Amino acid sequence: MSPQLAGQIELLGQVLISGILLGGLYALIGLGMSLIMGVMKIINLAHGELMMVAMYMTYWAFTLWHVDPYVSLLIVCPLMFLLGVAIQKFLITPVMEAESILPQNQVLLTVGIGLVLANLALLLFTANYRSVPVSYASKTIYWDLKLGGQTISLSISYPFLTAFGIAVLLGAALFLFLGMTDLGRMIRATAQDKRAAALMGINTRKITYITFGIGAALVGAAGALLDPVYYLYPQIGGPFTNKAFVITILGGLGNIPGAVLGGLVLGLAESLGSVYVSLGYKDAFGFIIFVLVLIFLPRGLLGKGRAQ
Amino acid sequence: MSLLELNDVSKRFGGLMAVGRMTFRLEKGEILGLIGPNGAGKTTIFNLINGYYAPTEGTITFRGERIDGLKPHVVCIKGLARTFQVVKPLARLTVLENVMASAFCRTDHREEARRIALEATAFTEMEQWRDRLAGGLPLGMRKRLEMARALATRPELLLLDENFAGLNPAEVEKTIEIVKKIHGSGVTILIIEHNMRVIMSISHRLVCISYGEKIAEGTPREVADNQQVIDAYLGVARA
Amino acid sequence: MNRKAIFAAAGLALLAVFPLAVQNPYVLHLLIMTLLWVLLGQAWNLLGGFTGQISYGHAAFFGVGAYTTGILVKSGLSPAAAWSGLLLGGLMAALIASVIGWICFRLRGPYFSLSVLALAEVLRLVAVNWKQLTNGAEGILYIPAFRSKAHYYWIILAIAALAFVVIRAVMRSKLGFYFLSIREDQDAAESLGIDATKYKLYSLLISAFFTGAAGSFYMNYLGFIDPGIVFSIADISIMMILVTILGGAATLAGPIVGAVIYILVSEFFRVWFKSGHLIFFGILIIVIIIFFPSGIVGTIKERRAGRKLRRAGAARESAAA
Repeated sequence: MSPQLAGQIELLGQVLISGILLGGLYALIGLGMSLIMGVMKIINLAHGELMMVAMYMTYWAFTLWHVDPYVSLLIVCPLMFLLGVAIQKFLITPVMEAESILPQNQVLLTVGIGLVLANLALLLFTANYRSVPVSYASKTIYWDLKLGGQTISLSISYPFLTAFGIAVLLGAALFLFLGMTDLGRMIRATAQDKRAAALMGINTRKITYITFGIGAALVGAAGALLDPVYYLYPQIGGPFTNKAFVITILGGLGNIPGAVLGGLVLGLAESLGSVYVSLGYKDAFGFIIFVLVLIFLPRGLLGKGRAQ
Repeated sequence: MSLLELNDVSKRFGGLMAVGRMTFRLEKGEILGLIGPNGAGKTTIFNLINGYYAPTEGTITFRGERIDGLKPHVVCIKGLARTFQVVKPLARLTVLENVMASAFCRTDHREEARRIALEATAFTEMEQWRDRLAGGLPLGMRKRLEMARALATRPELLLLDENFAGLNPAEVEKTIEIVKKIHGSGVTILIIEHNMRVIMSISHRLVCISYGEKIAEGTPREVADNQQVIDAYLGVARA
Repeated sequence: MNRKAIFAAAGLALLAVFPLAVQNPYVLHLLIMTLLWVLLGQAWNLLGGFTGQISYGHAAFFGVGAYTTGILVKSGLSPAAAWSGLLLGGLMAALIASVIGWICFRLRGPYFSLSVLALAEVLRLVAVNWKQLTNGAEGILYIPAFRSKAHYYWIILAIAALAFVVIRAVMRSKLGFYFLSIREDQDAAESLGIDATKYKLYSLLISAFFTGAAGSFYMNYLGFIDPGIVFSIADISIMMILVTILGGAATLAGPIVGAVIYILVSEFFRVWFKSGHLIFFGILIIVIIIFFPSGIVGTIKERRAGRKLRRAGAARESAAA
């Protein structure tokens, strides 16, 4: 094998690894969105802004009290859960039960919520870019492979790998929760048929609070995990909201396993696209896949989502 | 040539056979009743005829022309209108506006549409409700609005899906009168109805289905005496 | 001619002669911006309010209109001739809209709403990256054709009035009845002979055309655009929705009332806050949706209809007694 080919393989391997690691975080973001979509049948357009809130929580915990971002998950997730419950209980639920001319009024409401969160952050923390300077921010693990007489050396970012690992754990915990616990089954029942679930004695209103809470906690976890590797600024939410709905549509609306696949596909697409096509269009690749899916697979990649 | 023909029409949802090898004909000028227990697949048949679903197998012809797989709006323009069992009023429009919206199916002019709508609301005796919002109508009037709207598309064949359900006895009598009047004006009718007294009295012929399959066809008398029909209604396990 | 039409004509005439009386550039600027937002609100309202197809990304069409004009000037057209962009920008926006509509309107659910949002983002990225065509993030800058604000005022007044008249006529025609039917119940509409896919597209085309024309006017008037301004989700897409629901979605007067309040409030807060004044609009959106879902004009209409009903009820009762 020629050294050039080895170099190409090395680059590809590198790109795939970072794509998958990024995809794991995206999957976490998508899971929360998909869960909310499944139960409330709405797209949460404040999803990225919720993540931004969690990122600032993590940032301040680190800056003020030197709490490691991974440790701060233990505080950030419960707080985000409560924030989610409050948003659902005091804002979204009242609107779901009110009559209005515009369809998807609740989605519009989440737009308003997102705007408030982003601009509140702007007022409180200014537009400055901040970062969490953890000691391991640029720590890297090397992995050498022998291939056809050439050595291929792959580097893996430690914080990204850790984030990926925690994301996998959280995702697995969510699946176990939805599959094995009574509360999880109630959430799935409500997602499948809210009225029938209510007739079976499930307090569906409470279920919607909990669902939004879990969705917010999941995206909050993603935010905390992103802190060591990303800048944060008040407007960071918007692009991530876009990513979240792209993932949700790729997976099929409300389809939980689909969201994981959607996250990985988006991560890989951005990673491959920014290296092989153009960095400037990095954020466009997800949308291009999104449009292709709409044209050819409107029910999402797994084909099980609701097209209606 | 029959007005409407279903030939071996099947519809599967995943593994579930909702309608299986359904075959029947409807002659011009007839009133054909479609009966069967709840969940037998009656509304699915309407959805197949009206184009809401495409059949998995089989053909549907209307005036000798294949209509299976066509979109609902195309089927409507061809002269086949329907009402919905679960009524679908255009809630924030008035009754007259509801009917005008469907009258535009036959004209591009507002005044002409209004004239057709006035006519259709008069025909269904809804004059005093014309300016009410459709969303605020009592159930009996919503059911009647369904008929007025369907009529305003000037159909040759009208599919009525449980237009009697939930009505009080006086309303039932009125609706029978209106259905007969519609039929008298030259419209062929295919009707789904649970009220046996009603369907026996207005249908010329009945088709009875159970579990998506046709189990009997004939005059109301013949079908009422059919043992399979009696079993289906009384819930005797299928052989 | 009925009384309403006479009032409208008189009001329009009054607006038309206004710059002859008042030449204060700040006042005129506010009026121009108000009329621009009346136009944008009308455009969004046709699709969102009357047809029930919510767009979170109308900035896509605004930006395309603005860039069409900007690129024309950049490639050598004189700023005066760039007014042709009003038509061209509108048409370009409608062209892009037809593609997204063709893809999305066959599907139900939130696909269209999200696709336009995505479209606006993609177009912003294109505008940033395709430097030869758009100057990238620097934007396009030129000296506008007229020095007096009155000219711009008359032009935007004419376009906004045209949009109002067109949309009013549309809503009284077959097209309007079809738009409303689709919003109320798409299944019922289709079973009544309405090709929902086609008519949703028509509504989008008209809406995108006026939004594109508005974008082109913006370029012509301010002489400067950049991708972050004209493709902005927060400043354009969301504010178009706000203007509409504030005044009252699915009412003809709603966007006018909404635009007036929006500009006044926006000026007030721009003075008080350096940044983050959008927080107030976020709160406003939340408050409207929860407490006044019909908006100002819609709520007044409902009250009036309620009074009429009550009066009719009282009359019936007294007749019965």
